[in-house]
Amino acid sequence: MRTMAETLADYPFFAGLDDEAMALVAGCATNVHLAADEFLFREGEPAERFFLVRQGRVALELHAPGQGRVVLDTADDGDVVGWSWLVPPYRWFTDARAVVPTSATAIDGACLRGKCDQDPVLGYQLLQRVAVVMYARLQAARVRMLDLYAAPGGSRV
Amino acid sequence: MSESAQEASADLDALVATGLAGLVPRPFRVDRSRRETADTVTLTLAPVTGGSLEFAAGQFTMLGVPGVGEVPISISGDPTWPDALQHTVRDVGGVSHAIASARAGDVLTVRGPFGTGWGVGDGEGGDVLIVAGGIGLAPLRPALLELLAHRHRYRTVTLLYGARTPQDILFAEELAGWRGRFDLEVELSVDYAPPSWRGRVGLVTALIASVAPEQTLALVCGPEVMMRFVTTELLHRGVPAGQIRLSMERAMSCGVGLCGHCQLRELFVCLDGPVFRADRVLGLMAVEEL
Repeated sequence: MRTMAETLADYPFFAGLDDEAMALVAGCATNVHLAADEFLFREGEPAERFFLVRQGRVALELHAPGQGRVVLDTADDGDVVGWSWLVPPYRWFTDARAVVPTSATAIDGACLRGKCDQDPVLGYQLLQRVAVVMYARLQAARVRMLDLYAAPGGSRV
Repeated sequence: MSESAQEASADLDALVATGLAGLVPRPFRVDRSRRETADTVTLTLAPVTGGSLEFAAGQFTMLGVPGVGEVPISISGDPTWPDALQHTVRDVGGVSHAIASARAGDVLTVRGPFGTGWGVGDGEGGDVLIVAGGIGLAPLRPALLELLAHRHRYRTVTLLYGARTPQDILFAEELAGWRGRFDLEVELSVDYAPPSWRGRVGLVTALIASVAPEQTLALVCGPEVMMRFVTTELLHRGVPAGQIRLSMERAMSCGVGLCGHCQLRELFVCLDGPVFRADRVLGLMAVEEL
């Protein structure tokens, strides 16, 4: 049977962390399995955990008046779901729903924040990784705001 | 062939000899119109006179409606079967609306084919990565069909496609067939989706997985901002700029490099393009006035 540290090592998010750091993170991690359409979390709930998708697909959704439920983004194998555990007031900004049966690793946010407080080097290493995820999501959101595939403006022939 | 048709054909032969045949429209009859999305159709055309239009994947024609006008449209059909000339047209303005509204039996005008092709054969022996955004899948369809016709000559073939919504996905039936093949990897993502959508939501760049940079030929077509982001991602992953090809869109008009409407600084998109190596145009794409 594989240890949690070995499972975590499969995720690109943790690439480069040494064994000691992996052991610390593993102490805050559990494996979870979700049925299709089961929610990982709901908007406004306390953000106590974040998730790494081992296999499956998770949709981040919001309800927009007049539009109904809208999928903002999806996370697939190896992707990270959620950073609200890291930023006060530690509440989820969206819903997260398993689109298909999904296996994931859940990391206890309070547990990990505590370990980062005690070990700033670990905290910095993790923040670097979270920053990469946030940067990619922010860039993608900005580009999608352009609505590139909509009918072109300007000279329409 | 009627006497007048024979005369017309002879006139065309004379013009071909002068090298200006590209300026003379040929009549093509609409055999079939297939609706792809709410605003996009694929027309299958056959020549009224003369032979079929041989073309290279990536080339375009000036497609017109007599009395209305003509617009540059990429050929979306199978280059290994040129008897059926196909164009996928998005209804975004006066001329494209007239073209997209054409029905079986209507006659359109065709000039061309013009411009450079994808050069798909340059990828033989290696991996070919196709990245398409929106209507950009249409000019890449001929490249994919050519790849599939000679599939054994390539290692991996991958299609990554980003569309606006699930309703905006082009060639939906064909895509389903492509996704079922074992020798072709197809990944799809949309920008906006309802919860009933089971696929991916997000930028097409997020679909780019591991690549073998030195062995990869990348063919990219979509809005310019999308192509810039895709190119940046491919360069980041080590794919040389000379192995990334982009299809540019400008206001092509004459198609033969005379009018200058499609000039991109020292380049004419209708002659030097529309398919360019990324190292030739990436800098120009960032210049606002171009």
